[in-house]
Amino acid sequence: MGSSNGKKAVMAVTGAVMVLFLILHMLGNLKIFFGRDSFNEYAHALRTLLEPIVPYRTVLTTLEILLVASVVLHMWAAISLARRAGKARPVKYVAKKSQAGGYTTHIMRFGGLTIALYVVWHLLDLTFGVVNPKGFNSAPADRMVAGFDPSRWWVTLIYVVAVVLVGLHLRHGVWSAFQTLGWANRARNKMLRLGAGLLAAGLVVGFLAPPLAITFGVVQ
Amino acid sequence: MNLTLRVWRQSGPTDAGRMVTYRVEDVSPDMSFLEMLDVLNERLILEGDDPIAFDHDCREGICGMCGMVINGVAHGEQRATTTCQLHMRHFEDGATITIEPWRAAPFPVVKDLVVDRSAFDRIIQAGGFVSVPAGSAPDAHSIPVRKEDADSAFDAATCIGCGACVAACPNGSASLFTAAKITHLSLLPQGQPERVSRAKAMVDQMDAEGFGGCTNTGECTAVCPKGIPLDTIAQMNSDYLKANTK
Ligand code: SF4
Ligand code: FES
Repeated sequence: MGSSNGKKAVMAVTGAVMVLFLILHMLGNLKIFFGRDSFNEYAHALRTLLEPIVPYRTVLTTLEILLVASVVLHMWAAISLARRAGKARPVKYVAKKSQAGGYTTHIMRFGGLTIALYVVWHLLDLTFGVVNPKGFNSAPADRMVAGFDPSRWWVTLIYVVAVVLVGLHLRHGVWSAFQTLGWANRARNKMLRLGAGLLAAGLVVGFLAPPLAITFGVVQ
Repeated sequence: MNLTLRVWRQSGPTDAGRMVTYRVEDVSPDMSFLEMLDVLNERLILEGDDPIAFDHDCREGICGMCGMVINGVAHGEQRATTTCQLHMRHFEDGATITIEPWRAAPFPVVKDLVVDRSAFDRIIQAGGFVSVPAGSAPDAHSIPVRKEDADSAFDAATCIGCGACVAACPNGSASLFTAAKITHLSLLPQGQPERVSRAKAMVDQMDAEGFGGCTNTGECTAVCPKGIPLDTIAQMNSDYLKANTK
């Protein structure tokens, strides 16, 4: 796991965990279109999953631990690979012209960093309610609707920027994971790149629909 | 053609180095990039200056000795072309051209545009070979190879070890080179016995030399004079992961 390839594999696997989480998270968010009750019931169901076989919040807490571990490992691998890359090029070029768009380094490294900062804000807003007008002791749907109230349009704006960055991150990241795990090849590449693009686009649309609907008054 | 060159000059490994500007006049569009530098060097020698040091050998695009970063692109903007095969007709009259050596910690500058690429040799020594009993040559058709495998292996084998992939990579990674060498052997029957240990040995050597990791940016394959494809890197990753999960 200490080699550069090992760290890449860690990034691929932890990235996959996060993508699976994002898909479920997005589907859950869409419940808001079926009304506040539907959304609250869903939030409640997450906490009581497999009850009474296991105590309250067992499944959710387990998933949260897995997710936090993935985030930490993903960031650890990214940082140590970025540092290795920095050391591999101590003298910079006077002139450097990207031949492949120069997309990846910016979107992946700085984009990743921005996403991490955003996640902190996002948790403070909708999970812990610290920066949410409704506070922690409120129904999840109330926090969501109040959080994206038209008067808080800037929150929606932050959210839109962050979600688009996630999409761009995944457009490269998902394909890259297949490449890193050695599952990409010439025949599959086209399909994998297309699939990564579609998945990213689907997540962006799915994540943007609820907050935009709330800010523009479609969902009350 | 009249050109202005901004060239990296560095008298030796410990010199700090700097960009120096030269005027070159009456350049023929039919000259190769290296011939244009030869013209400048002849003048520098006549004027009692130190000529610009650069690597070259075959000047036919097959040996992998030449290479410099021209206007920010390894081997220049002409695709699938080594510096020696790049011709001056691709430049505008009156242009200013920036010329720098490959930049990577494992490729230290020896002098001016010459870098030490022994790190590549050590990666090859770590596993870029097949062990076969030396003796009389076997019949060419004694081991069947599928046409597609033969083609892909041959494509990978066209890597000339020039190092442009490292120079272009924002991470200073040698993944494309190492992957080309690994893929070339791992697709052929002769390469099978050592397939997994080879990938591990070569990748570990690549790390030990101080090259960066791959982020699949594709800068390498874009500048590679032989068009080595990115899927060789997937092949390398696959072999390497097998070596570490066995
Ligand atoms: S992979 Fe291409 S760019 Fe890299 S050393 Fe081989 S021929 Fe040169
Ligand atoms: S001098 Fe041999 S490839 Fe350019």
